[in-house]
Amino acid sequence: MREVLKLENVSKTYQAKNGEIEALKNINFSVKEGEFVSIIGPSGCGKSTLLSIIAGLEKKSSGKIYIDEIETENISSKIGYMLQKDSLLEWRTIYNNVIFGLEITHRKTKENEKYVKDLLKKYNLYEFKDKYPAQLSGGMRQRVALIRTLAIRPEILLLDEAFSALDYQTRIMVTKDIYDILKNENITTVMVTHDISEAISMSDRVIVLSKRPATVKKIHKINFEIENKDPMNARKSPKFSNYFDSLWKELDVDAKEK
Amino acid sequence: MRKKNNSIERKQYLRKKTITKVSIFITQVTLVILFIALWEILANKGIIDSFITSQPSRMLKTFMSLSQNGLLEHLGVTCYETIVGFLSGAILGVIVAIILWWSKFLSKVSEPFLVILNSLPKIALGPVIIIWVGAGTSAIIVMALAISLIVTILEILNGFLNTDSEKIKMARTFNANRFQLLTKIVIPANISTFINSLKVNIGLSLVGVISGEFLVSKAGLRIFNSIWRASIPT
Repeated sequence: MREVLKLENVSKTYQAKNGEIEALKNINFSVKEGEFVSIIGPSGCGKSTLLSIIAGLEKKSSGKIYIDEIETENISSKIGYMLQKDSLLEWRTIYNNVIFGLEITHRKTKENEKYVKDLLKKYNLYEFKDKYPAQLSGGMRQRVALIRTLAIRPEILLLDEAFSALDYQTRIMVTKDIYDILKNENITTVMVTHDISEAISMSDRVIVLSKRPATVKKIHKINFEIENKDPMNARKSPKFSNYFDSLWKELDVDAKEK
Repeated sequence: MRKKNNSIERKQYLRKKTITKVSIFITQVTLVILFIALWEILANKGIIDSFITSQPSRMLKTFMSLSQNGLLEHLGVTCYETIVGFLSGAILGVIVAIILWWSKFLSKVSEPFLVILNSLPKIALGPVIIIWVGAGTSAIIVMALAISLIVTILEILNGFLNTDSEKIKMARTFNANRFQLLTKIVIPANISTFINSLKVNIGLSLVGVISGEFLVSKAGLRIFNSIWRASIPT
């Protein structure tokens, strides 16, 4: 399969008044079309920075990023980026929130609007389209935020701790909903999370970063050998705890080294 | 979803909202009436000295006689000056705030100047203003502007700079340019800042106008003071 995203020796050094901080060092990995890859690592290791760099929001210090085999420097329209906070605009209705990206990118065509409406219908939000964000629950808001991101039809979706603001129950539900949406729409996904079980339950591969300066420590292939795998039945699989243990150990060793 | 707004619960909810609104208004009106009545009664009973505080009924009488002397016209002049001062302060303030938001460099450069300008005793600048723009309506409007403009700039710029950075980041993920950030995020997110600053501003403009009128006026509500003085028994 095609490699839609490839990172080659990506490094990032922050310049501050009191010196340099090396955040990322020679990060290499690639993601295939339709794949779901998670990035985990000790807190403060620069996971979110890495995602911001892939999205083009932050500049890298060195290295190369290829999207669809084309070297990319800036914000790419092929990438959708979903943040931890839903950041719905409270003065806009749900519908106007969802088409926000289309408006910004001047792609508010009949066809795209229809696509958005279909997404809203498909994921049970259409009847709320004239409501305001404050009237929706956290899980629904997160789904609205996802549809806003999907509306611009990204090839690659970046999730930055996108579920960690939700309470546990909602989170499990939303993870499943969003997983289904992403698999349905066949969207390549890179997710940053601090939650090991979330990473295992959703991903095809899990990339473990070391502590700062972060490098790729190991890439785990996750395969539950379940038909129609989803985050719910993955959590019930006996293999789940094996994966959990091995990932946990890798993160834990880092903590001791500190 | 529920049917159109006609469930009993909905009706009760709407009724409750109306009742709250009406009772707030009634309380406000009652407070004003009580205040005036108390003032009148206390002055009548001689508990407070009407030589110093005057008295509503006397003021009303003087007001009536003054209206024959063209009070309405004076009122009009003051209103006009206040509105012009207020509007130009608000519009200029927003424009300058937008420029300063746009350019971090300009905003850093201008910061100490704004603080100094804001701390100037503007009313004391009155005579200088007269020399600059001449004694007349324009001096009064400049006075109103001087008092309200800097506060507006500072307040609105502060609101702009404190716009939820996550929302700005979200818009940036769609590759929004600075103009889009301004019109689609920063301005709509700051509607309440605008309203607050307008509320403060209308008062400040009035202060500016009245103090301007003290210095130069041939017309305007400074005359109100005359009402006050005239209504005090001598």
